[in-house]
Amino acid sequence: MAATTKSRFRNLVPGAVLVCIFFGAAVLSFFYTPFDVEKFNIAQRMLRPDAVHWLGTDHFGRDILSMLMVGARTSLAVAFVAVSIGIVVGVPLGLMAASYRGRWLDELIMRGNDLVFAFPALVIAIMITAVFGPSAVNAIIAIGIFNIPVFARLTRGAALGIWNREFILAARVAGKNSVRISVEHILPNILNLLIVQGTIQFSLGILAEAGLSYVGLGAQPPTPSWGRMLADSQTLTNLAPHLALFPGMVIVLSVLGLNLLGDGLRDWLDPRLRRE
Amino acid sequence: MKRFIQVISSVLLMTFLSTAAFAAKTDITLGMALEPPNLDPTGGAAAAIDEVVYANIFEGLTRFGSDGSVNPALASAWDIENDGTRYVFNLRPGVKFHDGAEFTAEDVKFSLDRARGEDSTNAQKALFANIAEVEVIDDHTVALNLTNADGNLLFNLAWGDAIILDPASADKAATDPVGTGPFKFSNWVQGDRIEIVRNDDYWGESVALEKATFKFISDPTAAFAALMAGDVDAFPNYPAPENLPQLEADPRFSVVLGSTEGETILSMNNKSEALSDMRVREAISHAIDRQAVIDGAMFGYGTPIGSHFAPHHPSYIDLTGNATFDPEAARAMLKEAGYIDDLTLSLKLPPPAYARRGGEIIASQLREVGIDTEIENVEWAQWLEQVFKGKDYDLTIVSHTEPLDIGIYARDDYYFQYDNDDFNGLISAFNKETDPERRDVMLKQAQTMVSEDYVNGYLFQLAKTGVANSKINGLWENQPTQANDLTGVYWSE
Repeated sequence: MAATTKSRFRNLVPGAVLVCIFFGAAVLSFFYTPFDVEKFNIAQRMLRPDAVHWLGTDHFGRDILSMLMVGARTSLAVAFVAVSIGIVVGVPLGLMAASYRGRWLDELIMRGNDLVFAFPALVIAIMITAVFGPSAVNAIIAIGIFNIPVFARLTRGAALGIWNREFILAARVAGKNSVRISVEHILPNILNLLIVQGTIQFSLGILAEAGLSYVGLGAQPPTPSWGRMLADSQTLTNLAPHLALFPGMVIVLSVLGLNLLGDGLRDWLDPRLRRE
Repeated sequence: MKRFIQVISSVLLMTFLSTAAFAAKTDITLGMALEPPNLDPTGGAAAAIDEVVYANIFEGLTRFGSDGSVNPALASAWDIENDGTRYVFNLRPGVKFHDGAEFTAEDVKFSLDRARGEDSTNAQKALFANIAEVEVIDDHTVALNLTNADGNLLFNLAWGDAIILDPASADKAATDPVGTGPFKFSNWVQGDRIEIVRNDDYWGESVALEKATFKFISDPTAAFAALMAGDVDAFPNYPAPENLPQLEADPRFSVVLGSTEGETILSMNNKSEALSDMRVREAISHAIDRQAVIDGAMFGYGTPIGSHFAPHHPSYIDLTGNATFDPEAARAMLKEAGYIDDLTLSLKLPPPAYARRGGEIIASQLREVGIDTEIENVEWAQWLEQVFKGKDYDLTIVSHTEPLDIGIYARDDYYFQYDNDDFNGLISAFNKETDPERRDVMLKQAQTMVSEDYVNGYLFQLAKTGVANSKINGLWENQPTQANDLTGVYWSE
């Protein structure tokens, strides 16, 4: 028993710690950053990491640690709102499709999902930003739209399995309509799946935001963003590798942290694993 | 044994010498950041067109030398008559177009009439505005009758926009250019490269290169990699100044710093609400720390300017003192104009590093004096559409690379929307003036006027940062016009 407990938290703990660090840094950046990220200091540019600038300075003389902290804000906010869009729209669609399974509404919703899924996410994101102009808000919308079918499919698939169970039959006999059954009986039973998927989508959202910012379609300067820090430092890698190294590492670590957390949560929340 | 070594070494030495004698390369690959939209310099404004065709494929009556001087080209000599209102050009005999057609005075008349005609799409139509009539005297003599005396005529005719075309092939110049130059157009792989080959029937001195390839690499990182790998032999306008120290230290390359005609300016829309107030424009000029922009965006490569004028021109005067870096004064002026901490301007940035990086630096400097900017990164096509044609902008950063182009401030409807009758009068008087001393005085007046009206924020003169294989000789050191003249280029071994 002790061994299984240990292995069940093997992913959860490091994942949770990493995610807490990034959320903590993002929240802290509202009150405090070591240096002002809007103030350029050309004379101090591209300094190597030292006691004053822990991670060095960028090509405009801004403190990289401060930039990463404020950039965490952008990344996490974009990913969080995008995943929320996916959940708020996708989950009800999935529940609806499951309760009307096999009928025209189910078909309509699921074929609509297939349609969105058929396009590569980045292409649609580029299209949206080309029409409405590049900004963090449009990046959120673009990433959010692509989270909708993910949650809709997951919800429908999981809900279909539960609709066949005896207690649902009991609820029906008791006179509950399908909306109440979906909310009161189906949703609580698939919540753990949604939480796990949400965490994974969150990490994909961070990657998508970094990718869009990298190609110049995400948050616009001067708002710091991890993806743009990478893009800006691209031609400078020969001179100052730390300019690209730190934002790159932060992106990797945050995605790794969220994936570990997602895996850990699945192990922890899965009732079959819990029973053992 | 000793003898054996001698034989071997002499054989080796001979092989080495003989291969060396034949090893001097006769082809060159040049890197360019932008691909030309077409190849007709008389029908497009893009600098990249001239960078391929000027002096290589097409020639005009006169041409620029690498030092900016105006030299004879298809016209071997000229006489100025009637107090400067009539120029008689003697054309070179025996010149042939690449398709074999003879070059005659009729071609000159055709080309100039085409360029200045009603439905001409020439990007620099103003260059020809003063020509009243092109008169063919005989096959090899042509006269230009002018409306007014014009001291700029020979200079104007040296521009890429004034090259001479053959009536038979003029219409297909955009894709299959036929000129009189030392190179013939050979191949264009869209999105990748343009190849030109030596014209063996060239009228002038034969060129050393047999073939030249212009390769288009817009990404600075890829440009660096291409140089390092030897995929391109030279990058006459190397796009990433940050790599220059490293390339300079590499014995395989030589880095040549020269001057260009590129006045890099923070253009302001003089008719937008806040910027129509000169105090606001002056405040912006004082808010900018030019040296920080040069260091931060160009890694120190660039000369500060105080007006729209190249520092290497003899008539240049240093006006940087009109817009010293003084944030306090800038704040005071904004306060007086009623815009303190209450002004948001759009700042549209085209792709080059001077604009994208420079723009972020300027945005941060403007923030210091209480002006907010909304940065928008645009591609060149968008820039031409929105800023240059649509005038839908407040601020933008761009390098004006045409030679001696202060006259653009007198143009109606130019995108700065500067409108000053005194200046317009000065420029039209300058265009008529032929006396060098009075022209010099007028140029100085013009520089002072745009500087003191704070039409734009004057940042720096773009440096020509050329990188080339150190065995290449004869590339232009400076850039008096947009060109990659290959006539004098050869490999040494």
